[in-house]
Amino acid sequence: MRPLRTTLNRRRFLKAAAATGALAAMPGGSWMYGQDNVLNFSNWPFYIDVDDETGVSPTLADFEAEFGIRVNYVEEIPDNDEFFAIIAPLLERGEDTGRDLIVLTDWMASRLIRRGWVEELNKANMPNWENMRADLKSVAFDPGRRFSLVWQSGFTALGYNKVLVKELTGKDQLTSVNDIFDPGLKGRVTMLTEMRDTLGLTMLALGLDPQNATLADAQAAVDHLKGFVDSGHIRAFTDNSYADDLAVGNVVAAYAWSGDVIQLQLDNPDLEFLFPQEGFMQWSDNMMIPLRAQHKANAETFMNFYYRPAIQAQVEAYVNYIPPVDHELVKAEIAAIDDSLVGNPLIFPNAADLAKANVFRPLDDAEEEEFNALFQDLIGV
Amino acid sequence: MNLAGGLRRWIPYLLLAPGLVWLILFFVIPLFTLGEVSLKEGSFAKGFQQTFHWQNFSDTLSEYGEQFLRSFQYGGLATLLALMIGYPLAYAIAFRGGRFKNLLLFLAVLPFFTTYLIRTLAWQTLLADQGPVVGILRTFHILPPTGFLLSTPIAVISSIMYNFLPFMVLPIYVSLEKIDRRLVQAAQDLYATTSRTFLKVILPLSLPGVVAGTLLTFIPAVGDFVNAKLLGGPRDLMIGNVIQSLFLVRLDYPAAAALSFVLMAFILVGVMLYVRVLGTEDIQV
Repeated sequence: MRPLRTTLNRRRFLKAAAATGALAAMPGGSWMYGQDNVLNFSNWPFYIDVDDETGVSPTLADFEAEFGIRVNYVEEIPDNDEFFAIIAPLLERGEDTGRDLIVLTDWMASRLIRRGWVEELNKANMPNWENMRADLKSVAFDPGRRFSLVWQSGFTALGYNKVLVKELTGKDQLTSVNDIFDPGLKGRVTMLTEMRDTLGLTMLALGLDPQNATLADAQAAVDHLKGFVDSGHIRAFTDNSYADDLAVGNVVAAYAWSGDVIQLQLDNPDLEFLFPQEGFMQWSDNMMIPLRAQHKANAETFMNFYYRPAIQAQVEAYVNYIPPVDHELVKAEIAAIDDSLVGNPLIFPNAADLAKANVFRPLDDAEEEEFNALFQDLIGV
Repeated sequence: MNLAGGLRRWIPYLLLAPGLVWLILFFVIPLFTLGEVSLKEGSFAKGFQQTFHWQNFSDTLSEYGEQFLRSFQYGGLATLLALMIGYPLAYAIAFRGGRFKNLLLFLAVLPFFTTYLIRTLAWQTLLADQGPVVGILRTFHILPPTGFLLSTPIAVISSIMYNFLPFMVLPIYVSLEKIDRRLVQAAQDLYATTSRTFLKVILPLSLPGVVAGTLLTFIPAVGDFVNAKLLGGPRDLMIGNVIQSLFLVRLDYPAAAALSFVLMAFILVGVMLYVRVLGTEDIQV
């Protein structure tokens, strides 16, 4: 999740070019592989390691070489809802979506699993799933991980520009979610169009618990934010585009995703990612095999491959999110790539950090409609 | 002879056939489906049932009246601005372009060679808080020191205007270009002043272009959602954004379909009135 949209700055321009190139530069043509030795993998943009020079993903290339399976890696998921709108009609009619592996955020994964639209995983094909972090091995929407494995996890909290915040508010550093409502920041604040992130963080600011969010809590959060929308304090609700605004200084403080901020720090060292005292939101994006996928076994082989600690370390060193594989295993491997990453709390959060991480309460379909209606009204649509 | 005559009778229909089939397949049929969906009731979770729930239309209109009105305001303003900029531009190219006419016309259309999205994203950079436009406006105290343009109506309206400007310029240019220059000379021979010549001869003769240009600009402008999404804030979102949200996020297909129909109806009626009032011979509804 959380693609970084391309901007004119060099680093991300290169990444964009690399990502585009990755598709064209995959080794060999389809003739090299049999019809069955294919894997159609749909993922979010900028969510895998890419060699900036060649435009090839080293881990993908290794996978192809080792198993003789060609991966059609397509970065076609910009947003959970938009992708759902594409595949839902096919799944509804009981047709193959043409995709063997997809990556969606917890709540959307939950929706697909509830509807019975994903294949059950054959764990015999994927012994490495045992490497999964203990806290992820069983989740409310998928007890025992029968249908999904996490691709990456991340945090949602505050990203801010410490120099501009000092200038506008006089504060040396921010500590609380509520700091984003400081009058000095009027018009320089964005929040996310992901309902669970924005309402969840705001609930924390109000002393409410997003892990047990009720409709009344959502209403309270919406009421709180409404005033800041009407006054123009909140400039916009965005997808990843906040990242550019934050990097160039249009936006001074934002509800932000952890991996984005780490990557942006390379462009703008003034940026900080804050773990607010009230807590913050945590999410995971999950790999799943859509019903009637043509290459289910290949998808399982693929997941097994990416659950090797050494492969995780390679991906993590590039994308800077939280690995789903046991952190001690990944740390041992990542040290060989870059020592400094081992101590990074955004990639390897410690127990104290995780104690403050909140996962939004899973909603059923009817609740989701109610929550969405409140939130969509708030954000102007 | 007989065969050729028979064939000749069918030629107009044969020529019509590709377009007709296309329209039926990709416009009429989807329109019917949309109409059918717009009368359903229910929810995504429980399924939608056909109950001929006509209330969907009034419900969505009252619920999203604000964005509806805003779309027509933004679309209308953008069209007006495009006309104010586009007419003089087309006039200059048609009457003063000389041998550079084609080049100038090409330049006017040049932005179209870039995709719509990239053009709009470029405006994000242009209008950025630390960007050139805001910088100049702040220097001249047109904007306060902490003022900005992104996420304001100004950004959305001016970008819509820019994006659809060629649709305004081209039809006006064409109608100006084909004006018989002897009519202009005749007016001058009869001692008409320059402004009188313009008002009594050139402007009326170019009206078909103005009508076509304003329609080609206004209709997509009202339904646009890209500019509001990329350059606007939560208080600038338009009806297109609402329809998108209803379809993709809220999964309320009947409301989305109903709203699409209401939008279509309003535009249709608006266009009919407009053409009736300006009543040109070339464009009739």
